[in-house]
Amino acid sequence: MANVISDETIEYVGILAKLELSDEEKEQAKKDMGSMLDYIDKLAELDTTGIEPMSHVFPVQNVFREDVVTNGDESEKTLKNAPGGKDNMFMVPKTFE
Amino acid sequence: MDILEYSAVELSAAIKDGKVTASEAMEAVLARIDEKEKDINAYVTIDREQALKAAAAVQGKIERGELTGSLAGVPVAIKDNMCTEGMLTTCSSKILENFVPTFSAEAVINLEKEGAVIIGKTNMDEFAMGSTTETSAYGVTRNPWNTAHVPGGSSGGSAAAVAAGECFFALGSDTGGSIRQPASFCGVVGLKPTYGTVSRYGLIAYGSSLDQIGPLTKNVSDCAAVLELIASHDTKDSTSVKREDTDFTSALAADVKGMKIGIPKDYFGEGLDAEVRDAVLAAAKVLEEKGAVVEEFDLSLVEYAIPTYYTIAAAEASSNLERFDGVKYGYRTMEYDGLHNMYKKTRSEGFGAEVKRRIMLGSFVLSSGYYDAYYLKALKVKAMINKAFDEAFAKYDLILGPVAPTTAPRLGESLSDPLKMYLGDIYTISVNLAGLPGISLPCGKDSKGLPIGLQLIADRFQEKKLIQTAYTYEKIRGDFKTEE
Repeated sequence: MANVISDETIEYVGILAKLELSDEEKEQAKKDMGSMLDYIDKLAELDTTGIEPMSHVFPVQNVFREDVVTNGDESEKTLKNAPGGKDNMFMVPKTFE
Repeated sequence: MDILEYSAVELSAAIKDGKVTASEAMEAVLARIDEKEKDINAYVTIDREQALKAAAAVQGKIERGELTGSLAGVPVAIKDNMCTEGMLTTCSSKILENFVPTFSAEAVINLEKEGAVIIGKTNMDEFAMGSTTETSAYGVTRNPWNTAHVPGGSSGGSAAAVAAGECFFALGSDTGGSIRQPASFCGVVGLKPTYGTVSRYGLIAYGSSLDQIGPLTKNVSDCAAVLELIASHDTKDSTSVKREDTDFTSALAADVKGMKIGIPKDYFGEGLDAEVRDAVLAAAKVLEEKGAVVEEFDLSLVEYAIPTYYTIAAAEASSNLERFDGVKYGYRTMEYDGLHNMYKKTRSEGFGAEVKRRIMLGSFVLSSGYYDAYYLKALKVKAMINKAFDEAFAKYDLILGPVAPTTAPRLGESLSDPLKMYLGDIYTISVNLAGLPGISLPCGKDSKGLPIGLQLIADRFQEKKLIQTAYTYEKIRGDFKTEE
């Protein structure tokens, strides 16, 4: 395996991905990511000098609209699925002391 | 005639003729579900009461002449990643185990407006990440042709439900082959439209630049009829395209005279099962005999499509799935220590292994220091793949090939080696990268009795060529029983 994923890298990816992995999961993730990256490294075979990266298949422009409210008050609907709510707001754990 | 033998369009016509009612059709489907579901498990959620109520209401509207559309009164199954107001929508994930949307996806609304009646929500790979419907948090779906085999994925529940007669048609979504490949494995018709043809509003996003909603149906006529109804320009989806040519049923003509069809040699190389190859080439021969001009060509870059796709799809997924954090909807972990710990525990407990794998890969390829080497590189190769297709469509109306290298694998065979599962997407994936339309339709069976799919790919906005050619082939092929 060409790509060896270090413990530090997996820790860092865990932070970015907001995932908490068990030691066993970490080992598996290191292996999986290594073999995926080995595979993706195949792209390095291609010379892409001078090629514009293509994010969208059509030449799309930004879609603008007037800043006018078209829907009514949907706060009740918006909060309907929230695991925690209070006084018409989402409730989350304390974020600072 | 047994109600379940009708195609979707035939059923709606029979209802309008007074031969059968929408309620009887729904009752027939629900009875079929009772009989089959314990073996197939195509559905995550079935709402009988609501389905029967809605069917009765639609029947009234048909009788009063208020509903006249081609699918009025027809029971439909919806993949569980499309929001349905008031009906559980899980994406086959634990993290959305309790999510009841307060709005419906635009494609679903378009169908309901025309009188199609929702039966329930179909099983899928979790967040559409998978090719077998085995990564669902709600159990595997089994292939109706042989229950020891997978139905394909990620829209495996939708394909299996159509094949087993547990619905008259279904909606699926296709990010890298997720409509066409299960359609192929289950012996039904599946179409992925040109990117932007069907609104993605209310479709829970996986890879936003690749995702498209499309039909899974018993035959090509139904496929055209469904596509005609779900295609719409929607200002709520900024990538939605305004098209004037969505009268897709007008392309249902048995005529391929002069149709230029290219067969990519690179689609018939190593890894392709011999029985699949023979059936696909035999289908090409049939079209040639009907007057199509068929020739082989080199498409090139085929082996680079999968690494390009997994880089882009994982990157987009890692961003799209950030929203599942235990705050706005869905599952929240029971015990936690502060906000960040709540996010992490919720996501770690709520997502399955394959979803975590792709989120991590996506986070990595987007991270500083690796972005250029992986993500940007993939976007450049995507541009090259697009160019290869542009060159092909300068010469050909259609590209013809297999949908998948094999017929449906046995349950449990694919999950142990993710990379091997990814390789199964080799013929479908580049279609999404290039935003092209593609159709899958049955063209034979292998020695195990499992269906083989034929894939036709057209240039952007050329669905009519796909439909016309598929329809011509289907006419000659004759009935392909949806299930043994």
